[in-house]
Order: sequence, then structure tokens, then C-alpha cells
Amino acid sequence: MMAPRGRGLSPENLEKAEAIIACYPEKRSGLVPLCHLAQSQDGYLTAEAMDDIARLCGVSAAEVRGTASFYDMLHLEPVGRYVVAVCTNIACMLGGAYTVLAHAEDRLGVRVGQTTNDGLFTLEEAECLAGCDRAVCVQVNHRFFGPVDEAGFDHLVEELVSGALDDTVPPHGVLSRVERSIGLEATAGEAAGRASAGGYGR
Amino acid sequence: MVSEKAAPLAATERSSSDTPPAPPPDGVSLTIDGMAVTAPKGELVIEAAERAGVYIPRFCYHPRMAPVGMCRMCLVEVSSPRGPSLQPACYVQVSDGQEIATRSPAARKAQEGVLEFLLLNHPLDCPVCDKGGECPLQDQAMSHGPGETRFVEEKRHWAKPISLGPLVLLDRERCIQCARCTRFAEEVAGEPLIDFLSRGDRIEVAAFPELPFTSYFAGNTIQICPVGALTSPPYRFRSRPWDLEQVETTCTYCSVGCRVAMQSSAGKLVRLLGIDSEPVNQSWLCDRGRYGFEAVNAAGRLVEPLVRRDGELQPAAWHEALGFAAAGIRRAMSSGGGRSVGILGGARLANEDAYAWSKLARAVIGTDNVDAQLGDGLPAELVLGLPRATIEDAVTAKAVVCLAGDLHEELPVLHLRLRGAALQGVPVVEVSPVPTALSSLSYLVPYRPGYLLGAVRALLGEATSELPGTTAADVDAGRRGLADALDSSPEGEGVVVVLGRVSLAESAEQIAAAATLLSERWPAARFLPALRRANVLGALDLGLAPGVLPGRVLLEDGRAWFEDRWATELPAGGGLDAGGMLRAAACGELGALVLLGADPLADFPDRDLARSALETVPFILSIDVLANPSAQLADVVLPAAAHSERGGTTTNIEGRVTRLAQKVVPPGTARADWVIASELAERLGGDLGFDHLEGIWEEIEQLSPVHRGCTLGALVLRGGYDGVVVPVGAAPVRLGSPPSGWRADGVRPIDPMATPGIASADEQGAPLFAGASVPAGSDLSEALGPLDARSVRAGGAGTGEVPPGGNGSLGPAPAGEPPRPPLMGLSSGRFSAPETPRPDGYGVRLVTRRTLFDHGTLVQECTSLAGLAPNQLLRVHPKLVEQLGVRDGERVRARSPRGELVVPVLGDATVPSGVAVLALGAVPVDEPGAALLLDSAAQVVDLRVETLG
Repeated sequence: MMAPRGRGLSPENLEKAEAIIACYPEKRSGLVPLCHLAQSQDGYLTAEAMDDIARLCGVSAAEVRGTASFYDMLHLEPVGRYVVAVCTNIACMLGGAYTVLAHAEDRLGVRVGQTTNDGLFTLEEAECLAGCDRAVCVQVNHRFFGPVDEAGFDHLVEELVSGALDDTVPPHGVLSRVERSIGLEATAGEAAGRASAGGYGR
Repeated sequence: MVSEKAAPLAATERSSSDTPPAPPPDGVSLTIDGMAVTAPKGELVIEAAERAGVYIPRFCYHPRMAPVGMCRMCLVEVSSPRGPSLQPACYVQVSDGQEIATRSPAARKAQEGVLEFLLLNHPLDCPVCDKGGECPLQDQAMSHGPGETRFVEEKRHWAKPISLGPLVLLDRERCIQCARCTRFAEEVAGEPLIDFLSRGDRIEVAAFPELPFTSYFAGNTIQICPVGALTSPPYRFRSRPWDLEQVETTCTYCSVGCRVAMQSSAGKLVRLLGIDSEPVNQSWLCDRGRYGFEAVNAAGRLVEPLVRRDGELQPAAWHEALGFAAAGIRRAMSSGGGRSVGILGGARLANEDAYAWSKLARAVIGTDNVDAQLGDGLPAELVLGLPRATIEDAVTAKAVVCLAGDLHEELPVLHLRLRGAALQGVPVVEVSPVPTALSSLSYLVPYRPGYLLGAVRALLGEATSELPGTTAADVDAGRRGLADALDSSPEGEGVVVVLGRVSLAESAEQIAAAATLLSERWPAARFLPALRRANVLGALDLGLAPGVLPGRVLLEDGRAWFEDRWATELPAGGGLDAGGMLRAAACGELGALVLLGADPLADFPDRDLARSALETVPFILSIDVLANPSAQLADVVLPAAAHSERGGTTTNIEGRVTRLAQKVVPPGTARADWVIASELAERLGGDLGFDHLEGIWEEIEQLSPVHRGCTLGALVLRGGYDGVVVPVGAAPVRLGSPPSGWRADGVRPIDPMATPGIASADEQGAPLFAGASVPAGSDLSEALGPLDARSVRAGGAGTGEVPPGGNGSLGPAPAGEPPRPPLMGLSSGRFSAPETPRPDGYGVRLVTRRTLFDHGTLVQECTSLAGLAPNQLLRVHPKLVEQLGVRDGERVRARSPRGELVVPVLGDATVPSGVAVLALGAVPVDEPGAALLLDSAAQVVDLRVETLG
């Protein structure tokens, strides 16, 4: 039986996928890097892309989905353009993370785990983001901001909406590490994104 | 006591320590709980302990799957140079000098801790759980758990149940993540459609959204689930384990002959569980076998005799219906003699029924027109004449050659066994026009229908003319697969040929000729018939084929013997086979046709012929379990009892005779087929001489050359669960003396955790006599008396292992017994293939096979299976779809010389160009299907595929 065909990996990404798989002695070892590749294409893992990955890696679609579901940074459902994660681990919690998170829910009008109706933001609660030196740390598409307070969060949202941060924050899913590992050049925007940003709070 | 149930082996095995097993040459010595134990190198600690009678708790460990050490329940203390450490007994191998403590304070604390953890999120909804009462989690929580939990928080909650596939429901809260189901799907079935999703306390077993768990073997995951997480829709909330009664019997939904525990509640069959029969099914079942019992409970059952009056089938009393039936047959006999009566079918019957009908046909009616196959099998002389292999032979062969249909569809458990063998490195060479489910693991030699003989010649390295559809590379691959086997023995020693009907659109002569050639070139090779109908091999063994008498004897060879024993004159040979009978009937040359569980309208691969035969023949007697389309045309319909409603024996593809046990009573006034044969014989002025079932088997054992020595005693002795392969001595028989690892009292040590639901091996002994049954959980010896008395009552004697090689060496031959007629062999050159018409450049050659689930009566009467029958599709190479200018799923017209059919087309890159695949039975019998295109007399079927309009 075949899953319905639709938005699988694009021809260019299929080519990249072959190149990634060629890096490994076992085809199935390419599974997680291919998940990143698919996520960079659609922002999340579409069923069709997982089906492609299964075929490319010689495993079943259920195994691709099972593996991807293990990782919080791989999404199986559509997410907004910006995946905003507020850290609530100890350092950030003491810094007022729960206040920021409650404010974020109010500001965006969604609960943790939900996506705004305009498809711009998905709000998440994160365990330690390794940004304790700038608690409260907030991650947007895996770029770090902090320390962030309530006003800073509003400012961050405004900048994201206005496009002021377009150079810093690429669309969700773009990960340059996968491509670098096989010798592909990162785009200018992604390179800029690697520089982390500060200045959204105290 | 629950704890006793969880550890059934512990109590009795300790006493056997006075006879310590001889240490194997490459064995190791260790101590388990202070007991000295020897074990073969590489054995897992949990297995060694089990043999020593020490039960180590476990969930994920399953003896038929690779260990994963996932659940941690089997933690034991293992000594090491650095002191004792806790290690999983299912993962650690025995080593010399090892000291294992399974119940030390540390081990006990670990086991109790693991169980407390496993129960953290478990809902403890045992009172409403199907598994409650037969649940390894429940049992081991009692025997190896802490008794109290420290967890006071909220447990996780899930929507329940969700369906993983059409036949598997999942209650996620109950799951303990042992991975038995996911490992089964990947490792055993090779269909990894389920996997773990997410992690931590949110972990669940899931299928991919668009790919439900549709494996034919899905039901096994329910059987091996050690908790109540997986349940089946047909059994869910139907019964509690303590309300179940069970018998051990054989599944008769195909000819593999899987051993099963058949369970009923309140007089209705409710569940089948696979039993671990080492030589046959090793505990696995296919879903058709597992849920096929629903047909026994179906509304479509025939419950009373029907007689045609004023053009309508109307209920009648048995004496009346039998009178009508006898009159119809007698009319035919008086006008054209016995030979104007044809008896079609018989594969549904138990061995005793088949013998009774064979005797009725030859000794009373006087006809040789009998055929248990419906034009979809192979010539009986071929199947019975070839040296037979067992499944064990096949899975341990040096090479396996498959000349058969798709075993995954036809004999699923044989497919599983061969798949396992292929994974172990047994080379499997398939000669098949299209790939099968095994092809990813096999050397596939494709060929264009009609060129099977050529492909086999090429495989043998003989020069052939050009072979369409087969490349030199294909042949080379196939020869590579055979190289090792043939290098060590050019005679084919150790080679097993699985022989079935490759395609129904290809004549049986083609396959017969190929098999003949193989048996000539490889005189030491053995053959495993892959004919799919339930007891078709038993029916052939007992003479339900033209020119064949009971016992694999040719009519002329056995004439004198049987005329003497049956005290009658046998008819001339040269009887008609199924196709011959239908053709004769269609021409008005037959006066009466008996449909013995046969439904030629649905099953005969030539619908027009079947229909015109049934419409022309003056009298039809149909004897069946379910009302089927052909029975609608009959003059008299007699209701037969299903296998679960009567005793008897059945024969599988290996020639293995096993016992059928009765579990429920027949509905209405349905009767066993042998009773009907006896009654008919009497009304036809004859006497079969049978008044009880066991008496028929005794006569078979006394008269049939192939069954000599296969006494009832041999079949019912403890240890005889796995049946006896006939001729006795052709394969090892284990009787009486338990093989190593068995309990001293001869009970096989079934791990209740391997087959949850069968709590202990004691319950697996089927009652010896029809009708007897014991509630699950009760003491069988109490119900049936002591073992010795049982075997004496059953007339059994033989003990000890009978080595292979002899013929009928079991049991004493009556003094002065005259030699029995010889078993038939294959006279070489007997089957030759006629010239095949060459394929032209425009058409495609048809390949027609069956699917496991179809629109036949049997599957359609099972509510759980009916919806699983696939839709009719013509599968061709995608290039042809492109050439036709249509899209996948669009309807096209397929024309054969015989007829035409409008059918949706699907491009499938696995189908070679020049070939089209269309399943038989993919539509209800009254709708146009593949049988319209087939011609039973043609060598091949060429199709023209055209767009509509």
C-alpha cells in the first residue's frame, strides 16, 4: 500500500537526500538528517515526506514517524512561521519565566502547543535551552533571545511581525548544520542567524 | 493461585534433578539459585533457568523472537569477577562457572521495583479488561511485585481504544512498552507497520496515519501482548478467561495445519490462539485462520436439509432429503451406470469423511469421477508421487525452490516459516511470473506465463530457446542461489521444491512438466506441495482423485487389494477430474453431480463452464457447511457439521496427520460428512460398514498403505500433539518419550508468557474423544483420567522415537498380513508440457492468483474479515497504462479468447511488461471477475487491454 502522494521532498531535496545518505555506511543512519531536511522544506514533517524518507532509508514509514516523534525539535504537525519556545527550567523560572509564558499566551492568544490563526506563531514551553546566563531565555526558530521580560516579549513579537528580524531568524525548519556536514554552503541569511541576538529585556 | 499460574514449571521440574541432563560437548556448567545446571553455549540465562525449572519473570522476552532486554523484569543477580551485578536474564548468555541468583534480596528488590514502575501508569482496570484472569502483568504483579505502590499522582489518560488496523484495537494506558508487537511485525512478519511514537510517559504504539496495521499476521500481536493493550474486535468483551473452554485442534482454513487452541464460551466459538507446534506453526497464525471461526457462528450456516420443490429449495426432514438424494443418484446410475455420477470437492472434509466418500464412490456408486481439487490444483499423481518434504526439511534445506503462487496469500504461515529460513541464510529461488511477498529475500527468476518449463531448464543450466521475460542475469541469480546446494550434491540432496499452482491462468501441465523435470534432474530433492485448500492433501491421500485409491495407490495397483477388502468390484479407471466432470456435465453426459463442499461457481477458474455444467446436469446434491452460490442451484442441499463441531483427523501439506477436536455442537440438524455418506450408501443399497468415527480411522490404518502404523493411539498419545507424518517413518515421530526440555510427565513446556492465554501446557492436551472438553484452568487428568488409562483406551502403544527412513515401521503388522499395494511413485516423463502459443506483441499474458481475503463464501461469512477483501484491479506495468492513455484506477476492457471484463487498471512497476495480474475471487460471485477470462483447457490466457468506448 502506498501513502497518498503530494508534498513529498522536492526534486532538489531528493537530490540532497541522496547526498546525505551517501555519507553513511548504512542507509537508515540518514533518517534523522533527512527529517531535518524535510522540516526545512515544509516547516514540519509531512506524511508524504516521511514516506519519501522511509523509502530512501529502506525502513517503514511507521519507523520514520516513530523516530521523528522522539525529538522535540522535529515537528509532526504544521507549525507557525515562528516557533517560539519559552524556557521554564530553573534559572529562567526564577527569572520569571512563568510570568513571561502567561503573558505570551495572552499576547499571542493561544495556549502552549497551539499556533495562532494567522499561522505566524507557535508557542512552546521548553526545558533548559542552555541560555541560563540570559534568563528568561526565549528561542525563536532555534535562535536565542534573552533576557526577555513581558515588554521585551511584545517587542520581539512586533519585530518578528514587522520583518525587522528577517535576516536573523530564518523560517522554521532551516538548519544549516545538516548541510554543512556534507559540505554545502549556508545561505547568507542563515549565516547571519547564527549570531544570536540580545536586548529584549532588562 | 495466580503466582502458581505464572510459574507453572517451577513446581514439577525440581524433582527431575535426580536425572541430570548429560552435559553437551560444547556446554557450560553454572549454578542457578544454587542448583547445578549445564547448558549449551550461547543459551540465554532465562532459557537455561526455565529448563532447570526456575521461572524468571519476564514481559518482553519471547522464545520465538530475538531478545531486547526492554522491560527489565527479568533482572537477576549474576556473579562476575567484580562481584554480583543485576543483569537481564533474557539478554545474558550462560557462561562457565556463572552463579545466578533469581530470588536473592537484590534480585527481588529489582524485580519489585521494575514492576512498581511498570504499573505507575497502568490503569488497573482488570475488571473490564479482556486480559484480566489470563494476564501476565496481573499474574506477575502478584508473584513478583511489591504489592503496594508509592505513586499517588494522576495517571496518564488516553482516548480508548484506538484501532491500529482493521483487526487490532489498542488501549494505550495498558501498554507497558515491551515491544513484543512491534518486534513481531518487523522480525517475524517482515511488515513493520507499527512502531513506538513519542517518548517518556507519552510513548505509544502507532501505525503511520495512512498505513494502518493491515498485516495478515496482525492477530499474533494480540496473542503475544502480555497485557490487555491489544485486543481484537471479534473477542473484545465477549468472554472472560474463566468462562472459556478450550481444546487443542488444527486450523483448517488452509492446508498448513497450524495447531490451535480453540476456545468457546456459552456454546459459541469465541477465540483461536496459536499453539507453539515446533514443526508447523511455531505459535503463529494468519488472521484468516484466527478469525475464520466466525463462519462457524455465521447466519449463513445450513441448519436443515433443503429439497427443491416447485422450483424452490424448501426445508425437509433428513430421511426425506436423503431419499431424494439417493433417488437422484440412482436415476443417473440406472441410465448411464456409476460413471454418470460425478463427485466434486472433498478438500473441506476431515480424513475420515474423505475415506467414507471415496469408498462410497468406488464401492457403492461405482464411479471414478471424484476430484477434491477444483481445477485450481495439480494432478494428483504428481502430488502423491513425488518424494514429500516436511516444513522442517524446507526451512533447513540447502536450497528451496519455489514453483508456487504467492505463499503469503495462499499459505501464510508457510510463508512465515520460509521467510524465517531465508533470513537465516537458506537460499530461496523463486520461479514466478511476478514478484511475491518473499521476493525481497529470494533469488527471483521471472518468466512469461507459458515458459515455466524453459525457465526451469535454464535454471538447471540446460540450453533453451529464447525465453521471453527471463534475462540471462535472472537465470544467473537463480543459479547462484542453488550453487552451494548443487555443488555438494548434484543429485539435489537437501533441496526442497515448494510446488503449487503458480497461476490459475497457466495450465497445471506446465507446472507438472517442470516438476517432473526437476525430479528427474534432482532425484534426491524433496517436494512440499503448496495446494491451499484445507484438507486437500488428506482427500488426495484417501483417494478423492480420479484413478487414485486410498493410501496414495493407483487404481490398478490397488484394485485387487481393495476389491478383496471392500468385497466389491471397483469401477474402471480413467475417471474425470473436476474440469472433465464439468465439461461432461455441460454436454449432458453426467446424470448427477455431488458438490462435496465445492462451490464451482465461485472457485472453478472458468465461470462459464461451471455455470453451464450446473445448469445442464439433471441432478445436483450439495453438501456444505454454508449456503454458497452453487448450492442455490442444487436439487438437494444437506447441512454438514463444521470441523469444530465433530472430531476426526486432518492432513497437512507435509502429510502430517493431526487430530481435530470438537468444541461446539452443530447448529440445527447438521451432520458430519461421513454420517451422510453412510446414510446415502444404505439408501443406495450398499453398506460402508461404519458406525463410529474411530472405526473409520481403524479401517484406514488397516487398509491404506500410506497410513499403516498411524494408529489412533499414535495420534492421541501425549507428545503426539504435533501429529504423525505419513507414511510413518518418513519424518521423525516423537511419541511417549519426551524430548529434552519437556517435563518429566511428557507435557511440553509451553511458556505461558510466549502464548499468554494458554496458561499452562496441561490444558493443551485435546480431549481424546469427540465431544469431551474441559474448562480452561481445570485439571485435565482429572477430567479424562490418568494418562495410562487414556492411551490404553485409545488403543495406543508405540513409544520412543521412530527414525526417519522406514515405511510404516510403527506398530506391529498383523501376522500373516498380505503385502499392501505399493505407494505410487513418479514415473518419469509422465507429464510433459504441450507447445505454448507464443506471445504476440500486442497482448499481455494473464497471471491469476488468489488473495487471502476474497469474496468467497467462507471469508464473507466472517464479519471481521468480509470487508478486508481487496477490490478487483488489473495490475500491469505502468508503461502500458501510459500507452493506453488512462490514469491509475480508470476502467479498461480486458478481452481474452474466452470473455471480456471491464476492470480498473493500476500501473505497478513490480509487474513485468507483457504480464497482467488479476486476482480470482476479488468480486462477489455474481459480478464479472477473473473467472470470466479464464479457460480451464488453455495453456495460457492472452489478454488484450483496451480503453472503453
